[in-house]
Amino acid sequence: MARITLENIAHSYRPKPNGLDDYALKPLNHLWEHGGAYALLGPSGCGKTTLLNVISGLVTPSQGRVLFDGNDVTLLPTEKRNIAQVFQFPVIYDTMTVYENLAFPLKNRGVARHEIDRRVREVARMLDLEASLARKAHGLTADAKQKISVGRGLVRVDVNAILFDEPLTVIDPHLKWQLRSQLKQLHHDLDITMVYVTHDQTEALTFADKVIVMFQGEVVQVGVPQELFEHPRHTFVGYFIGSPGMNVVPCTVEDGHAIVAGHRVAVKAAAARTPLQGKLEIGIRPEFIALSGNGAGLPVRIRRVSDLGRYKIADVELRDVPLKVMVSERAVIDGDQARIVFDPLHLHLYADGHIVEEPGFEGAPS
Amino acid sequence: MNLKPVNNKAWWMVLPVVVLVAFSAVIPLMTVVNYSVQDTFGNNVFSWVGTDWYRDLLRSERFHDALGRQFLFSAIVLLIEVPLGIALAVAMPRRGWGVAVCMVTFALPLLIPWNVVGTIWQVFGRVDIGLLGHTLRNFGIDYNYTQDPLAAWFTVIIMDVWHWTSLVVLLCYAGLQAIPEQFYAAARIDGASRWAVFRYIQLPRMRRVLLIAILLRFMDSFMIYTEPFVVTGGGPGNSTTFLSIDLVKQAVGSFDIGPAAAMSIVYFLIILLLSWVFYTVMTSTRERS
Repeated sequence: MARITLENIAHSYRPKPNGLDDYALKPLNHLWEHGGAYALLGPSGCGKTTLLNVISGLVTPSQGRVLFDGNDVTLLPTEKRNIAQVFQFPVIYDTMTVYENLAFPLKNRGVARHEIDRRVREVARMLDLEASLARKAHGLTADAKQKISVGRGLVRVDVNAILFDEPLTVIDPHLKWQLRSQLKQLHHDLDITMVYVTHDQTEALTFADKVIVMFQGEVVQVGVPQELFEHPRHTFVGYFIGSPGMNVVPCTVEDGHAIVAGHRVAVKAAAARTPLQGKLEIGIRPEFIALSGNGAGLPVRIRRVSDLGRYKIADVELRDVPLKVMVSERAVIDGDQARIVFDPLHLHLYADGHIVEEPGFEGAPS
Repeated sequence: MNLKPVNNKAWWMVLPVVVLVAFSAVIPLMTVVNYSVQDTFGNNVFSWVGTDWYRDLLRSERFHDALGRQFLFSAIVLLIEVPLGIALAVAMPRRGWGVAVCMVTFALPLLIPWNVVGTIWQVFGRVDIGLLGHTLRNFGIDYNYTQDPLAAWFTVIIMDVWHWTSLVVLLCYAGLQAIPEQFYAAARIDGASRWAVFRYIQLPRMRRVLLIAILLRFMDSFMIYTEPFVVTGGGPGNSTTFLSIDLVKQAVGSFDIGPAAAMSIVYFLIILLLSWVFYTVMTSTRERS
């Protein structure tokens, strides 16, 4: 059982990296608390899997240290690290029975036979694999195979953490939910650190207590789902999490106000920090824009309204800036002219993609 | 009920293939069958002998000996080439410049015409000017493939191993390359030893290509003719006279067309039967697992 510390870890797959762009994983520090359920969320190729492999030891990082409970394990081979990893495509040993598959990691480590038997049966019970213990693993369904992969991690009593690398990719949708709940239950019962890599925000947000969002080899935000939703620290987080994603609109800043498509919009962050540098944008989620037929607010033209069942999404244009607005299912939208009001609490200012913090903001605990 | 219109045009579509197969396989085979039940003294005069040639053949000691040698040869060659091929394939680098070097090196023997392979080894093994023969002689080993049956067998087998192990290597290597990296990663996480990785990941996943490799090597080695013919000519004595060499001796050497035809048919049936047995056994073990 351990807490895992990543100290200034970075990795490049090139032998001689030339500048930061050659790094699949840009320098980062992170602490994985013992017993936490983490999700690594990001698009394909953002470095999630690399980060995971650094923890498990399949990849030795170009720089930095990996510590388990304060002990440096950076150069320790995978099999000595007490880490289990479940891969995207189920890995099973075809010629063995389910029982032998589950016993394999223990057998390799020279565990006594009766102890192996006890562990295998216990794990099989946890994963509902008891009925198929005696049959060959070859020819099982994808979800059963993936359960075996998880089981091979769980049988080891000494395992520090289980790493999941997009484990549900090949599972049928209706079983995905079931398997994910089972994993969540296991995490609850077993007090094991779990790190779950995915590019599916629903998976990440339902599985994890804490979500780490990665983008282009960088960790852009670490937080609980609510923080990611209400306070995206990077435009990418705003765009990637939520459906539809956050509206990100280029702006300029003039005496404490943001100028968006010629309109002055009050943004707290703009008042505090001057001068602001880089590409400036404001970000606001469709949920936090109110649409009204008339009255106060900025005039917009409604292009299209899509009814998603529980709510509607209105595509509007503020001059020529497209925005998405979430409207309640019962709202009546007449004509193509309307006005919008931004919720000032959820209107953020970004410089070069990164949030400009409001004055007095303490920063989210990470 | 079949409401599809019967369209005989389809026959015209398959006609070219039917003709090709007829002329390349069916007609020659039937000719051989025809010869095998008749006797001739030339001048295109044939007389019906029924199954006499077959009866003679199956009772002939010469045929039994050649068949025995043939089985022994194929068995030895398979027992050496398959494990050696697997070992070399496993040892080959999986990426980098070494892959190309190994591939080309292994492919070389396969590109050499068979009679040239025979000639190479014929010279290589000579005690007066051949590197192998001369070296062995200098070490005090009494090696002479033209006089000693054991030396002749040794030469013919080493030659076949040199010539054909590459085929097994390349097929196995293709099978190995198809194993996803994740399997090796999972094995490392499970703490599997090098042997366990081979036994539980590599070997099971090479099964299909191994089936092909064994079938091809069995059929080819069972039909071997050119290389031993060039090196030993079937001798010394009859010690390296394999089935095909014996067949040619009869058909061309003695011009016994009838017995040679009967032998061809039996030879063909043996290969067909054994290939079928190999295939059935190997595919059924695959399905059971």
